[in-house]
Amino acid sequence: MIEPAPARPLPWHEARIVSITPVARRVKAFRLAVSFDRPVLAGQHVELRLTAPDGYQARRSYSIASAPGDGVELMIESVGDGEVSVFFDTVAEVGDVIALRGPIGGSFVWQAADDGPVLLVGGGSGVVPLLSMLRHRAVAAPDVPALLLYSVATADDVIVADELTARARSEPGFDLIVNLTRDDTGRRVDATTVERALSRLGAPRHAFLCGSNAFVEAVANLLLDAGVPPGVIRTERFGA
Amino acid sequence: MATRGFTGRRPGDEAAARLPPGQYLTQDFPVLQIGATPRINPDGWRFTLREGSRPLKSWTWPEFEALPRSPWTGDIHCVTKWSKFDTAWEGVTIDDLLADAGLAAPTPFLLAEGYDDYTTNVPVADLTGGKAMVATRYDGRPITPDHGGPARLLVPHLYFWKSAKWLKGLRFTRADEGGFWELRGYHMYGDPWREQRFTGD
Repeated sequence: MIEPAPARPLPWHEARIVSITPVARRVKAFRLAVSFDRPVLAGQHVELRLTAPDGYQARRSYSIASAPGDGVELMIESVGDGEVSVFFDTVAEVGDVIALRGPIGGSFVWQAADDGPVLLVGGGSGVVPLLSMLRHRAVAAPDVPALLLYSVATADDVIVADELTARARSEPGFDLIVNLTRDDTGRRVDATTVERALSRLGAPRHAFLCGSNAFVEAVANLLLDAGVPPGVIRTERFGA
Repeated sequence: MATRGFTGRRPGDEAAARLPPGQYLTQDFPVLQIGATPRINPDGWRFTLREGSRPLKSWTWPEFEALPRSPWTGDIHCVTKWSKFDTAWEGVTIDDLLADAGLAAPTPFLLAEGYDDYTTNVPVADLTGGKAMVATRYDGRPITPDHGGPARLLVPHLYFWKSAKWLKGLRFTRADEGGFWELRGYHMYGDPWREQRFTGD
């Protein structure tokens, strides 16, 4: 949690897409060239605005995947017929300019000084702000123990699978549990999964949960049942 | 400036007229909160009006349930861009609360306080005159814990972060003091029709 800063207006910026990279079956990473007038903290999000020729606008919020100080990378999932996600999946190209403002959010944030152990629990694309925290931890606080419990449908849905595997192998103190819900032995995150994560990490000082409402609600209750104090748990949810 | 290749999918005329700028219509009921859903024991539940730190009046759950309830149906708007139409709530209006306490509002501002230590500021003038309630029913049933039950504030004409969940009381303040999100860059008032999302909007 950050200390409240003096409130300042949040201006819009023109952000140019500098790269587009597939990072999972239905997810692409968009790296954007933009300079904000305030520092980014791991876990924050941006608001973006698309404008049609007749002036109609659509706005959405997306979490930042990149570490603070490493530019702005968003990861956008192609979700069925969403007008904004379809645009990013089928229309957006390198060189396009998108209106953007941020960074936004002061609760779902982790900084090196917050220390650990840090439990990160992500469902589907809810892993994105947790990725920013992991990337930040690796450069700013590599001694802080962290565990990512990441639940997705199938192995093809794991976002930046290679990066996560490499981090788990090479970074002491970072532990990874991937939970697949729809493979042959698939199951939802349950009390056993949570107990396993807690026994490997130790009692968390901070727990950050992000995903669908149903996922976050279920995991938050499992953590409370396992004795994690409510004040430790921070949540960010999308959809219903 | 138009975004290259973006045409968008406009809502129908009727929906467009009911949507504040920058909002889209959802059929879902998304949940936003800063932490785990608090576990509230009805036996220990209290709702308290305070002036600063001084308690003015407190109700237990049975006492609160005995207060007159009013219905409200209409549209709600979240700062994260979703709006939901025709939501049906029932609860105790702030007017009825003050009447039961035998009080006039002692100051023009207050902070709504939740059991999760969340706070948000609302001018008293935006709560009285039938504009707001402490809701205890949604769609005819008790409000579920993930949507703020047993009791949440409902101030539907402002962005929904003002409608504090798991409400434990209202604290009257002399000045307009920012709450949790207002101290973190969100707008002090939060009118969706003027798109007051963040400081300076």
